[in-house]
Amino acid sequence: MFSRRLFLKGSGIALYGAATGAGLAPGWLARAAEATNPSRKKVLVAVFQRGAVDGLNMVVPFGEPAYYQLRPNLALPKPNSKEGSALDLDGFFGLHPSLAPLKAMFDSNALAIVDAVGSPDPTRSHFDAQDYMESGTPGRKATGDGWLNRCLVSTAASTGSPVRAVSMGAELARALRGVNPALAVNNLGEFKVRDEAGASTFETMYAATLDKAMQETGRDTFDAVKMLQAVQKQTYVPANGGKYPGGALGRNLQQIAQLIKADIGLEVAFTDVGGWDTHVNEIGATPAQGQLSNLLKDFGAALAAFYQDMGDRMSDVVLATMSEFGRTAKENGNRGTDHGHANVMFAFGGGIRGGKVYGEWPGLAPNQLYENRDLAVTTDFRDVLGELVVRHLGNQNISSVFPGYSRPRFRGLIGT
Amino acid sequence: MRKLACVLVGVLTLVALAGASSAKLSKQDQILHALNRLTYGPRPGDVEAVEQLGLKKWIDLQLHPDRIPENPVLAAKLAPLESLRISQADAARNYPNPQLLRAIAAGREKMPEDPLTRAAVERMLRRFKTKKGAPEEEILDPAVPLEALVTPAQIKTLRTGTLEQRREVLSSVPEDKWDELAIAMPAGLRGQSMPAASEELRRKLLLMNAPQAMIAFDLSEGKLYRAIYSNRQLQEQLVDFWYNHFNVFLEKGADRMMVPTYERESIRPFVLGKFRDLLSATAKSPAMLFYLDNWESVAPEAANARNKGKKSTRGLNENYGRELLELHTLGVDGGYTQKDVTEVARCFTGWTIRQPREGGDFFFNDRIHDKGEKVVLGVKIPAGGGKQDAEKVLDILANHPSTAKFISKKLAQRFVSDNPPPKLIDKMAKTFRSKHGDIAEVLKTMFNADEFYAQTIYRAKVKTPLEMIVSAVRATGADVDFAFPLANQIAQLGQPLYRKLEPTGYSNTSNEWLNSAGLLARMNFGLALAQNKIVGAKVEPMKWDGTPAEIGRRLVLVDLSPQTLEAIEQAVDKAAIPPPAPVAGKKAAPKPPPVSVAGLVLGSPEFQRR
Repeated sequence: MFSRRLFLKGSGIALYGAATGAGLAPGWLARAAEATNPSRKKVLVAVFQRGAVDGLNMVVPFGEPAYYQLRPNLALPKPNSKEGSALDLDGFFGLHPSLAPLKAMFDSNALAIVDAVGSPDPTRSHFDAQDYMESGTPGRKATGDGWLNRCLVSTAASTGSPVRAVSMGAELARALRGVNPALAVNNLGEFKVRDEAGASTFETMYAATLDKAMQETGRDTFDAVKMLQAVQKQTYVPANGGKYPGGALGRNLQQIAQLIKADIGLEVAFTDVGGWDTHVNEIGATPAQGQLSNLLKDFGAALAAFYQDMGDRMSDVVLATMSEFGRTAKENGNRGTDHGHANVMFAFGGGIRGGKVYGEWPGLAPNQLYENRDLAVTTDFRDVLGELVVRHLGNQNISSVFPGYSRPRFRGLIGT
Repeated sequence: MRKLACVLVGVLTLVALAGASSAKLSKQDQILHALNRLTYGPRPGDVEAVEQLGLKKWIDLQLHPDRIPENPVLAAKLAPLESLRISQADAARNYPNPQLLRAIAAGREKMPEDPLTRAAVERMLRRFKTKKGAPEEEILDPAVPLEALVTPAQIKTLRTGTLEQRREVLSSVPEDKWDELAIAMPAGLRGQSMPAASEELRRKLLLMNAPQAMIAFDLSEGKLYRAIYSNRQLQEQLVDFWYNHFNVFLEKGADRMMVPTYERESIRPFVLGKFRDLLSATAKSPAMLFYLDNWESVAPEAANARNKGKKSTRGLNENYGRELLELHTLGVDGGYTQKDVTEVARCFTGWTIRQPREGGDFFFNDRIHDKGEKVVLGVKIPAGGGKQDAEKVLDILANHPSTAKFISKKLAQRFVSDNPPPKLIDKMAKTFRSKHGDIAEVLKTMFNADEFYAQTIYRAKVKTPLEMIVSAVRATGADVDFAFPLANQIAQLGQPLYRKLEPTGYSNTSNEWLNSAGLLARMNFGLALAQNKIVGAKVEPMKWDGTPAEIGRRLVLVDLSPQTLEAIEQAVDKAAIPPPAPVAGKKAAPKPPPVSVAGLVLGSPEFQRR
């Protein structure tokens, strides 16, 4: 049986009775204590690589001769002992050497990779493709909400945590917009009324107002503020020697880790990382150096640090990565690549069965390319995200999360 | 005599209204209500002015903005915003984006002539060529070094000094050196100098930062200055309403160049005109053609012919057709099918835009037009109609009863209530049909309806972020000489201007704006504005004399609720308690900071509604 004390004890929130001096549980805690579902929440973290990462150099199909013909300058050498060659995953695919921290996760069967994955919509517009991937409705522009918001099972507003859904950044991510309350948090420490006297006055004012909608929003707001303030009050030390890199992605993932560990009801989180639109000088002096390499170093280090930091808690959490489309199979004349079609996704945590590259490899021979230029899509991105929604979050209502997505073909990333 | 007539009209209106609804607003409340709904919030003195003029006459004037003399302050504020006045071709040239940069790098385009733009482009080219590899000094490479324009001590002041000190440094540089100063400054210093710079220097600094960002800057500033200062308030509300109805996302590629022209030529002239004209203007606008992809929609057979049997890469694109029916005219339940969407898309093939280097204007390309017969909503459009096919579609849609209803409901949601009474929608839709989509007539019906003055809708709408910020500026009488920071605030509240990605536009109902992050931002903005912490907006502190009740009434124009008043009074009382006398040997307790009563009022539940 679920007891309130147990809940409080197990939660980072126990801290903040002292922090606020009020000694009173906020409205949400009291309400959550009465809730019937005591289980620790499953969490889904989505990482969006904006700008269309070159998936063919992220996960290298070194077993495919056409790869080397299409990319005389850009191709990463086949795995060998030399520096700068691809890191062998399964004898056909290899990781970019800058993703070395993820290699260990793949080898320990933690990291799953899905290749030749993408959107059924043919657009090569960043804007449209990101929009479709975040709304979860390829080809449909007017969808007002995002898939990550829809995958939250609607609960009565009175029992949901005010921090069920968080997107890192000043503006709420498209994927998280919708009817379920979601927070845009640039920085945990800044999520508050900046003037202290003002904060307590506003709290009193909104608690007392007879304007019901304002009262409710005010209550959720101050609950969320207290939770986030309590969470960030203590200096956060990543566990298990996890070391987040200095960039925005590392910082965002660390704050997401902080929120998950505080047990304040987080269910979905979103962060993005940009810079992947490598039309020019994707590589440096060698294919393993330069722009893409630098971006991947940061990316791999941030994901690995999150994995390490979460430790055992990772069994409740799945992190998945995505990017709006891939890049041309053939390199262009500026040591770069242009807008393509299929790409690659990563997932780890929860019940993910890693150590495998999922999907069907369509090949890179001229007749196998999509529109004579791009890696073809053989797995719908909703096949991957949908499986996480159903088998990880336990939301069976896939058709409301991805409207119009009629024939799911889950790849078995998670055992049933 | 005239005054008496006015009063008489007022009384007669009241009598007429009294018969219709028992729960109607008092005359005084009607004025405040109308000001809250037709404007971006009342300024001090507005209620009295409307009272004197008579409410009906004031509304009539707002429906005829050309009869209202414009506030001379506004023209001065808008004067520097050059990118709002030029053609999209000139905008593309004067504010080069990365694509143009690439073209210049490849020798396909000429360097801009304006020396400052040229310097900005040259710098971007160096950065573009080295792509992150080069240190800033190398990319900068100014002809006149920074040290020749300002002393090292002054540079330090610009980095760490107060706003006033930074202002002093910048004003010591003679005007004819401003170009050189902007060119010589590294990025960080430019950012630090911006709030302290004069309008003209600020624009030079911005141009050096990123020329293409100037357009977004000018758009936001222009919109805010008009909302704050224009006497033609309803017109400005309607420009916002219709832009939002025919939403275009500023940051989709070439739309960055096209939006000023779009708003100026396809929206603004028609906001009180005929709906059909608005529909036509948006359908032909390069901004919309690009945003909803119609420019690349090609009849399937034309695409096949061109590719000689190879699998076509371009074909029919239904995006515009779908949103035209669902969002612009009939509404999602307006009685159309997927087949209609496809047929409309076929009619619109060939409605495209010229190459950017040819000005990027609208043109009809018959070669990619679908020449076959189409049937739209049961109406046959014979084969061979060419450009006229789409015009016929627009006729059908503009005259469709679903459109009359959909547009009426949306207007009523914006101006009357989140759930407008069906009776009101029917009245408006009737006017829409009988007056052939005359928007001013529909609005007149709405503003004259009893439903508009019902007690139940009084102060019931939640302000959008734009309305919240602008109404606070207007209520406090703040003087704004740098509006962009306010645009950033609006984005913090959740409504980045011109950057609603989806064609739906922002919601006209309250739910969209009631969320934690947005509410926090409202509270923080209220406090910051009242404490003069918003760069570019100056509030006279003496305005805050008086009791909390008086200040509340001055800003909201109704009495604060007892609950809100009590919370504020408690805070004031608490701050008034003198700190304990210093104990020997210990430092005196700090004096509590003064309570910003005005800031608390601006962040209160009352101020969030209109």
